[in-house]
Parts: sequence; C-alpha cells; structure tokens
Amino acid sequence: MKRDADDAAGPSRRQFVSAAASAAAAWILTACGPKRLVEMPKERLHKALRELERQYSETYGTAVTVADTPALPGVQFAYALDLSRCIGCRRCVYACVEENNQSRDPQVHWIRVHAMEKEKGVDFSHSDPYYEPKEVPEEGRFYVPVACQQCENPPCTKVCPVGATWKEEDGIVVIDYDWCIGCRYCMAACPYGARHFNWAEPTIPKGELNPNTHVLGNRPRQKGVVEKCTFCIQRTRAGRYPACVEVCPVGARKFGNLLDPASEIRYIIEKKRVLVLKEDLRTVPRFFYFYGT
Amino acid sequence: MARAALVGLVPALLAVAWATAGEGPTERLEIPPPPFTEGIFPCSSCHADLKVNRTRRPLTAMHDDIQLRHDEQHRWCLDCHDATDRDSLHLASGERIPFEQSYLLCGQCHGEKLRDWRAGVHGRRTGSWNGQKSYLLCAHCHNPHQPRFRSLAPKPAPRRPERPKETIGGLP
Repeated sequence: MKRDADDAAGPSRRQFVSAAASAAAAWILTACGPKRLVEMPKERLHKALRELERQYSETYGTAVTVADTPALPGVQFAYALDLSRCIGCRRCVYACVEENNQSRDPQVHWIRVHAMEKEKGVDFSHSDPYYEPKEVPEEGRFYVPVACQQCENPPCTKVCPVGATWKEEDGIVVIDYDWCIGCRYCMAACPYGARHFNWAEPTIPKGELNPNTHVLGNRPRQKGVVEKCTFCIQRTRAGRYPACVEVCPVGARKFGNLLDPASEIRYIIEKKRVLVLKEDLRTVPRFFYFYGT
Repeated sequence: MARAALVGLVPALLAVAWATAGEGPTERLEIPPPPFTEGIFPCSSCHADLKVNRTRRPLTAMHDDIQLRHDEQHRWCLDCHDATDRDSLHLASGERIPFEQSYLLCGQCHGEKLRDWRAGVHGRRTGSWNGQKSYLLCAHCHNPHQPRFRSLAPKPAPRRPERPKETIGGLP
C-alpha cells in the first residue's frame, strides 16, 4: 500500500537524481566506447582501417588495402539488366564472388539467376535457380538474375535494430560488418532475398582474396554478419564498372549515373521498356530490368 | 573455331573516332582490333595475285570452312568484302571502309542495333562508367558469317540449402 502511494506521488528526489546520474554515465560511456565506422572522426577511422589492413594482410598473405572512398558528388547509381539478352550462364555470379570476397564454403552468392518459363513470364513462384543443363539458353526459358535492388526506399535498413545498415548518398545500401549483430531482421524484410548471412566463418582460399577492398564493401567478413551486393562500391566509386557488367558475355548488364543525361542508364530508361521487381511494394529499386530488342 | 583462336588475342587497343550524330563533341572509343583468324589478314597477301571472279559459287579451293548462315539466300562474299581493295569492306553505296569500322556495314541493315551500340546499350562495355569506355566490334561477339550468338555451358548451380547434421538433434 505504501509503495502505491509513493508511485502516485511521482518519483522521489533520490530516485530522480540516481536515474539522471546513471543516464548521464551511460551517455558518457557510449560516447567513449566503440562507434559505427561512419560516425568515427576521420583520423580515428583511418587508424582503424590501417589496423584492419594489417590483420587482413597477415591472414591472407597479400598486401590488402581497405579504402573508405566516399560517395561522389552529383552521382546517383543505377543498374539495368537486359532480359532479352541474358542467357543464364552465371558468369556474373562467380565474377562477383571473386571480386567481392564471398565465402566459398559455406557458399555465399550475392547474385542468383532464376530460370523462368517464357509462357509464364516474370513470376518467382515457378522460378528455378538450380537449373543445370549442358548449354544455355534452354528452349522456352528466360533468365532473371537477382541481387540487391538498392532500393530508394529500402525496407531492410528500417528494421535494423542497431543502425548497422543504411543507404549512402549515391544510393548504395551498405552494411557495417563490425556493427551488425546478426539478428537477420533485414533478411526477413528484404522482398528480393538479396541479403546473405555468414552462418559459419567464411573461407576464401589463400591467393584468391581480392586485395583491393572497401570498408563498406568487399573487405573480408566474419561469421555471424549479413552481407549483400554493393554495386561493387570499391570499383564504382573509383569510376569503374561493376565486375558483373564487365564479365557478362552478352552485354546484358548496364550501369551508370542516373543524373547524367548522356549515360547508358538514362538512354535505357527513356527509350526501352523497363520494369522493376515487385513494384507494388514501393521499394523503388535502383535496379531496372529492360527489353533491349 | 576461328574465333576461339582469337579469344586470347585482344592486345593493343585501337582507337576509333567518330562524331556523335548531330550535337555533341567527337567521342573517342576504344575498340580492340577486328577478330581475324590468325594469319588471314591482310587478305591481299594472297588475293593480290588472284584474278577476281565475281560469279556467285560455293568456295572449294580456300575458305571452305566458312558456312554462311546470314541471309545466305541473298548474300555472298562480295556483298561485304571488296573485290578491288581486298583489305577493305564496302557499304551498299560502294564506299570502302576498313575492317575497324565494320559496324557501319552491319548497321546498314541493323540500324537500331547500331544506334543502341553507340549509346553503349547493345553489347559489352568495359572501363569507366564516367570516362573512357572500351567497346567491342559487332564481329567480336557475332561471327559475321553465322551471327547467331552461340550457346554457352553455364557455371555450376548454387548449392541447395542444407540443414547441418548436428542441428537436426531430436529427429530420428
């Protein structure tokens, strides 16, 4: 009875002061403790990156660089894929694995190529990602490669309880692998199955590591974190095409700056029949599928 | 066959320039050399001494490996290859063009493909999305004599998800 009366009267002075003091202490401790990479002062970040480089170089036996190249001003990245050209050869899948240092075992693939029946059209309910004929394309089938759609309105970043994933200025959705707690909410939220979890310690054979890495992209990951396509952030922020664009034998993959009226991507959007996956979800993908014929 | 021998042969890049239709500055494009069968070019090294025979006929003495599957009812060698200047091609107008500009020849029929190719939308680009790009000629991907894109063996399918044995615990 006495307690109830106390509560009704509000917290005592002692309660209030001790709560305020512990809140202040917690705030100070958090500010002093570890930070998300993006929030770190540049000087401290660079120190951390040099330390990462040292660790990776030691583990993989090559000189690894970890860049933190920021978004280029006036650039909004977008991607387009020609559904009338793709033959489903999966060259992109493996070029991506090598460029972005995905785990070979357990196997992580950022790109998944779905074979679909021409009669049924673009419909994931009947798609087959495990097709393995002698030669592609198969009669009566077409192919839809799917990776991160780099949504303008990404559902994955909204559900992250710790703020370990976000959309960068140039439109690339990235993950801070050192801040990710591995809860996989983002994987559940992604309507495209584009996020992948490291269920075990990733393995990359010595000598196969791509030593040219970006802190928010292809640097080696650890067990228990989520990863995904970053439009090859380490290449594209340096002006290069993503690895999948350069490897595609039929030239079905196109990449560029949405804000540049002379870019390939603008030509496609303005002149071709374009679609995005699951448009009704209002995720507003930066990844366009088109028919080049 | 012929083209397979050339896959490894994409060395020194050759710069070809043209003015983009209408407005815009002259654009420089990096294009690798045309994909000749090894030892076949220059054509004049053999043809210089040969008498020109303009009669349409199946070839038997030489080039019998070439199977024309490209509107073969209506075309044959000298519709594209020039009979007087053997190291050139010619357009329908008779204007001679070097092999490096063979896209102009292809574009006479496939105009919309040429337009897309110039825009960087048809065919593969490598290099910089905001700078120097490397193009391929039509003939690098499409054998001009049999232009249909050939089938490829796909890379292995992804592994199917598997439940690790130790976590099945409890199940018989």
